[in-house]
This record gives sequence, structure tokens and C-alpha cells, in this order.
Amino acid sequence: MTSIDFSHKAVEMIDVVKKFGDFVANDRISLTVHRGEVHALLGENGAGKTTLMNCLYGLYHPTEGTIRINGEPVRISDPNVAIRHGIGMVHQHFKLVEPFTVAENIVLGREPVRFMGILDMAEARRRVGELSSRYGLSVDPQARIEDLSVGSQQRVEILKALYRGAEILILDEPTAVLTPAEIKELIGIIRNLTKEGKSIIIITHKLHEIKQVADYCTIIRRGVFIDRVAVDAVSEHDLAAKMVGREVSFSVPKTEAEPGRVALSVRDLAVKDNRGIFAVDGLSLDLHYGEILGIAGVDGNGQSQLVEALMGLRPAAAGRIMLGERDITSASPREIIGDHMSAIHEDRQKRGLVLEFDVAENLILETYRRPPFSRCGVLSHQEIYRFGEHCIDTFDIRPQQATLTAKSLSGGNQQKVIIAREVSNNPDVLIASQPTRGLDVGAIEYVHQALVEQRDSGKAVLLISFELDEILTVADRIAVIFEGRIIGLLDASEADENRVGLLMAGGGP
Amino acid sequence: MEGLLNDIAFIIGTTLMYSTPLIFPAIGGVITERSGIINIGLEGMMYFGAFVGAAVAYFTQDPWLGFLCAGLAGASLGLLHAIATVSFSAEQIVSGIAINFLGVGLALFISRLVFDGATQTLTVPNKIPLPLDFLFGDGRLFPSAGFMDLVFNRFATVYIAFALVLVSWFVLYRTRLGMRLRAVGEHPEAADSLGISVFKIRYGAVITSGFLAGLGGAAMSIAVVSRFNNTLISGHGFIALAAMIFGKWKPQGALLACLIFGGAKGLEIFMGAKGVPIPSSLLATLPYILTIVILIGWVGRSQPPAAIGKIFDKGED
Repeated sequence: MTSIDFSHKAVEMIDVVKKFGDFVANDRISLTVHRGEVHALLGENGAGKTTLMNCLYGLYHPTEGTIRINGEPVRISDPNVAIRHGIGMVHQHFKLVEPFTVAENIVLGREPVRFMGILDMAEARRRVGELSSRYGLSVDPQARIEDLSVGSQQRVEILKALYRGAEILILDEPTAVLTPAEIKELIGIIRNLTKEGKSIIIITHKLHEIKQVADYCTIIRRGVFIDRVAVDAVSEHDLAAKMVGREVSFSVPKTEAEPGRVALSVRDLAVKDNRGIFAVDGLSLDLHYGEILGIAGVDGNGQSQLVEALMGLRPAAAGRIMLGERDITSASPREIIGDHMSAIHEDRQKRGLVLEFDVAENLILETYRRPPFSRCGVLSHQEIYRFGEHCIDTFDIRPQQATLTAKSLSGGNQQKVIIAREVSNNPDVLIASQPTRGLDVGAIEYVHQALVEQRDSGKAVLLISFELDEILTVADRIAVIFEGRIIGLLDASEADENRVGLLMAGGGP
Repeated sequence: MEGLLNDIAFIIGTTLMYSTPLIFPAIGGVITERSGIINIGLEGMMYFGAFVGAAVAYFTQDPWLGFLCAGLAGASLGLLHAIATVSFSAEQIVSGIAINFLGVGLALFISRLVFDGATQTLTVPNKIPLPLDFLFGDGRLFPSAGFMDLVFNRFATVYIAFALVLVSWFVLYRTRLGMRLRAVGEHPEAADSLGISVFKIRYGAVITSGFLAGLGGAAMSIAVVSRFNNTLISGHGFIALAAMIFGKWKPQGALLACLIFGGAKGLEIFMGAKGVPIPSSLLATLPYILTIVILIGWVGRSQPPAAIGKIFDKGED
């Protein structure tokens, strides 16, 4: 907090309006960031945060409004102009050329050359090394992007901006893909940068990170400016209420679990990934009726392959999967769903929905073969849309129209469609893999409640998540997965962030 | 012994000669596809280039002017492809197919207008020269019809093609322009966000590929033979496309693949000349069969540029 220079306004955006056709994405939003300040831009998905920052970075042109950089009014027509004004942006989806090296990615567009445009990569590596040691961002300039962890790739993105002389750095959802340890590291990097007089704008919808790192916070909702607050002066609850526009509860109200007999039993399961390497390697677990078992772990420790094997989408190389009394190790997905195990897959757009189909059609993807939805291979539209309307009412899917295509829905409502479909199947076991990824606070609340309701009706729920907070709030028991194995099993009551975090990193209890 | 040596020299020589018209469009293919734009119109561009090259060389009696105009003819079709695919985000395969029809149609249409209704040009007075010819012959450095003569006494286009491979490799991997071009083909959004003009680079790459395909056509019509006719270019553009894929989108790889295809042609001619008892029509299918075999065997293992064929949309308005 000490590094802010209040006499120097690095960025002022005044009454910025951005329209796409008739749609107003930003409606007179103002934002001020001082030199050396960490400023959070808070809002739900679709609130217009990224649009506003794209205006600052020259990717979009504001329809109306003024932008001043260091007090000077500027017109930022494209990213080159933004870069010249010392603005750098790290996008949520990294913009890195995968087969290129770190150094190549950093200098791309501003390459050191000898003569006639011949590259001087030795000079490039030297400059990258210099920058990375100066700001404490360790990366190997010669490594290829495709071989780097997500955290390292993010450091490359930050270096890219610094290499271009960025004084104002925009970070779009920087922690969405990081592990807890990487998040800590990132916060350290941000502090280093502000000490050097850089200004940082963080786009986020994660409240505790704002509390941890930001000095000031601008809140927008549905494209409209709501408030600008000093982070110290408000609580997370205040921030959430301002962002969503109503009171939000973080803790999921739930009673003590009453676990029954074993619903799903996995013994010594081994599963290979696409490269033929064992991603799941000797995994065993028991899931009981009436409980939520959370699987915590860093991305890439075999979670995806575990879910695929459980649902019959990927063959098990060894081991046994028992659903109640039935061995489903080599059953097909259709048989498994028929045996009352359903899944909310981690990639809802790839596995969960047919984006071009409408809501009602997506709702019957697993049951279309049976009456009342079809008879003798002929679909009954009347029944399908009646069921669609019913689900839309019951699960509060918006907009309330069964004939809209799935791709026109927001992420939260897409997830509601999937939950509606899977829960309507009345499964004994529900697998929820990353069910809240990319959703905003309100939708997360909804998903968590749905999982708890499922548990309370006596069913078994397996929750797989990279978000430790989510596991800690929702699960009754926590299993930690590391390199394809369960390396720790704790009761939610005895688990805390440090203990589970240590296990997630492969450390023993 | 000398007979065998000369046989080998003959095969190498014809391989070089027949590879050359493939190398130009294959390198053109590498350049455009590395920028992210598929160009299956290479065949039509070659066809049009072959005609324009022969026609200009016939009327001006200057093979080099013909060669240049062939390149420009190909480049003009390249420009069309660029307008369709880069500016208007047209489906790249469809535009390429249209270019193939257009190239053939334009060549034959103009040919009928200019050459009294014939779908072929008259014989050009001067072909592309043999630049090293002065070294070969009686009383010179190497005897005529000897090993060196059979291998190295080749049309200038052969040497230009090999130089082109070197230059294109250097530009792609050692210059700023090449790095930007590869970045655009892998991740146009990244390049765009760094202020690199995806638009300009792709226009440049597609037009260049047309230019090179046109040169490849002329390398056929005014070097390998001395006139254009309507079956002169029959699948060469597609074979070049296959060579580029087989060569993993790299100039050196494409060169190797072109040499293999050219070698099949060389072998065909050699066996024909030696009177091997295989019907010549069957022998003539050798390069095509090889294309299919190689593509089936190899294409699964090569990695195309990530953004190839995808429409790039800046997302603004």
C-alpha cells in the first residue's frame, strides 16, 4: 500500500461507453488508477470488465468517453498505440505461440535485428534474462511454451508486457488457472512491480484475492459503474453484494452428512492418457450414499482421466470399478448412465452440451430413445418441449425459452441445463467435475446448492475441483489426488487450506 | 560401368528437371500455409502461369519476361484468393477450388482468343537458358553427354528453385518477417495483440504463393517443354501441395518431397527410354500413386500450423 503516488494519475477512463450494435457493453464507466496502485476491476461474467480493458488496450474503440494516460488525453486506436503509452495486457487466455520459445514469444513484434531484418536471438535471450532477473520472474528463455506450466506461461505474458516498457499492466483473470502456490508467487510479483512504480489493473470476480492484493476496487454490473472503494474499508460480503446486486451467501447451508452404504467403489484403477502415460495410477476410493466426496488436486494429476474412466469414455488399463453390486469397469457410457451414474463434465461446451441444439433437445440427450420422448424411433416434439418447459421452471434456466440454442445461454445457465438433465435422471451417483468453472458468484451458489440437495436426498456425489475453496465448502470428505493416486483422505471438519494445500503439492501429511 | 554411371546421371538429371516445377508451388504452399491460409488453388495458379509464361515468351521472344509474367499471373490469382479468404473470411477450400477452375478457364479462354482457337500456344523461340552450358561440350571442361553434363547442365529454373528453398528457409527461420509469418499462422490473435498486421502478412503470403505457383507453371512450359498445352499442368499443383504436407510445412522438407516425386517421373522416363516392358501409361501413373502412398503413410504424423484454415476475426464491431 505504500507505493501509491496519489499525485500521479496513471490511467483515467472517463464516462466510457462501448456499444456493439444495439448492445451497450459499457455504459459511462469511469476508472482511475494511480501510479504504483493495484486496482481491481470487479464484476460478474459478462459485466463488461474485459470489454472496458480492451478499450484501454486498443483492441476495441470506445463509442464515447475520454481516456487519459498520465494526464494526457489519448486516442488508443490499436494495441501498438497502447504499448507506446506504456500499457500492457495479459489476457485471460494466454496469447502465446505454442511452438515458439519463451524468448521468441517475448520479443515477437519488437524483435532485435542485426540488419535487413535478420533476427538477433542472442540479444533477445540476453534482454529476456535481464528482465526476468530484475523483476524476479524466473523463466528459461530457450524453453518452448508448450513445455511450460500455466504459471510459467503467465510469467512469460507479464515479461512480454514489461519488455515493451509497460508501466500500466492489465491482468485479465490472472488467478483463474493457477494453483494456490502459483497464486502466492503471482502476488509477490505484483508487489515487486508496484515497488518499481508500475500500476496494475486486475480484472477478477474472486473476492478474497482482491482483499489480498488490491488497493482500490471499481465495481461494475451489467456494463454500469456501481462504485469505487478502498479495499481496506470494505468486507468481502460488501464487495459481493455490490457485484451481484443482492446479498450472497458464501457458505453453503448444509447439515451433517449421513453416509450410508458404499455406492461407488474404485479399486487400483489405472488409466492411460492420450500419450499412453498412466495418468491414473493405482487409484482406490469409496463413495457412500448421502455424502459429497471432494477430490482436491492441482490440474493435470489424473482428474480428467479418472472421470472419463468412471463414465466409460476411456478404457481402464487395470483395476475395477463397482457401481453398487455391478462391475462397470468396461461398460459403455449408455450402460453406466442406465445404471444410474451421471456426470457433469468439466468442459460443458465440449462434453456437456450440443451447442447448436436448443435447450429442450439438450435436456433429452440421454433419454431421447425412451418414451415419452420417442416411440418407434420417432421423436415427440410435444413431449420434448413440455419436458423442456418443466425443467426451465424447476431449475430456473434463463431466458425461459426452450427453443433457444444452448450456445446463446450464459455459462451459468448452460450449467443449469446440464444439471437439470443429469438430476432429472435421478442418478444414484452424480459426478461433478469442475462444475463451477468460469461461473460467477450467483451461479456458483446455485450449483453448490444443487449438489447439497442431491446429497440430502440420499444420493452420492463425487465433486472434482481444482478450486480448494470449493472443495472445503461443499465436500463432506476430502480425497487429495496427486499423480494419479489418492494420497490423503480427510474429514472436511479436520481439513484446512494449509493441510490440503500441502497434500496437493505432493507433500505428506 | 560408364553405362551405369550415365544411367544414374540421366535419372538424377531428369529428376532435377521434373522436380523444379513442383518446388516453386510447394515453397509457395509452405509460405501461405505457414501464415494460416490454405491454398489448394496452386494448381489453377500454375496452369494460368504456364500459359501466360509461354504466351509472353512467344510474343516477346524473351523467356525471362515470360517467366516474370507467369509469376505475376499466378500472383493475380493469389490476390483474388487473398481478397476472398483474408478480407471476406471465405471458406479457404472453396475459394481454392474456384481458383482452380478460374485458372484453367482463363488460360484456355485467352489461348483460344490469341492462338486462333487453339488450346495451346505455339512453340516459344527461346526457352529458359542453360546457364552452365559453356562448361560442357567437346574441348571444354566436361565432355558432353558425360556424367557432369547429364546432371548439372540444367535450365536456370532448376538453380533458381534450389536457391529459392535456401532463401525461403532463411527468411522463415532467421528473419523478423519469417518469425512474424509463422506466429500469424500459429496464433493470429497473439500476433494481432502485439501489433503485427495479420491482414498484411496473410495478403503477402498468399500473393507470394501465387507468384511462385505461376513461376512453377512457367518452369514447365518454357523450360521442361517449349509450349503450353491444355494437359501440360495436370495435377502438378496438387502434387506440390502433397509435397508440402509430406515435407511437414518446411521448405527443406518440401524440397525433399518434390525430389521424390520428381524422381518417380525421372524413373518413368528412364524405364520408358530403356524399353522396360511396362506400358507407358502405367508408368506415367507412378508419381500419382507415390503421392497417395506417401500421404497415407505420413500425413498423420505431421503437425500443421495451429491456425491453418481458421477464420481470423478481430472481434471489433
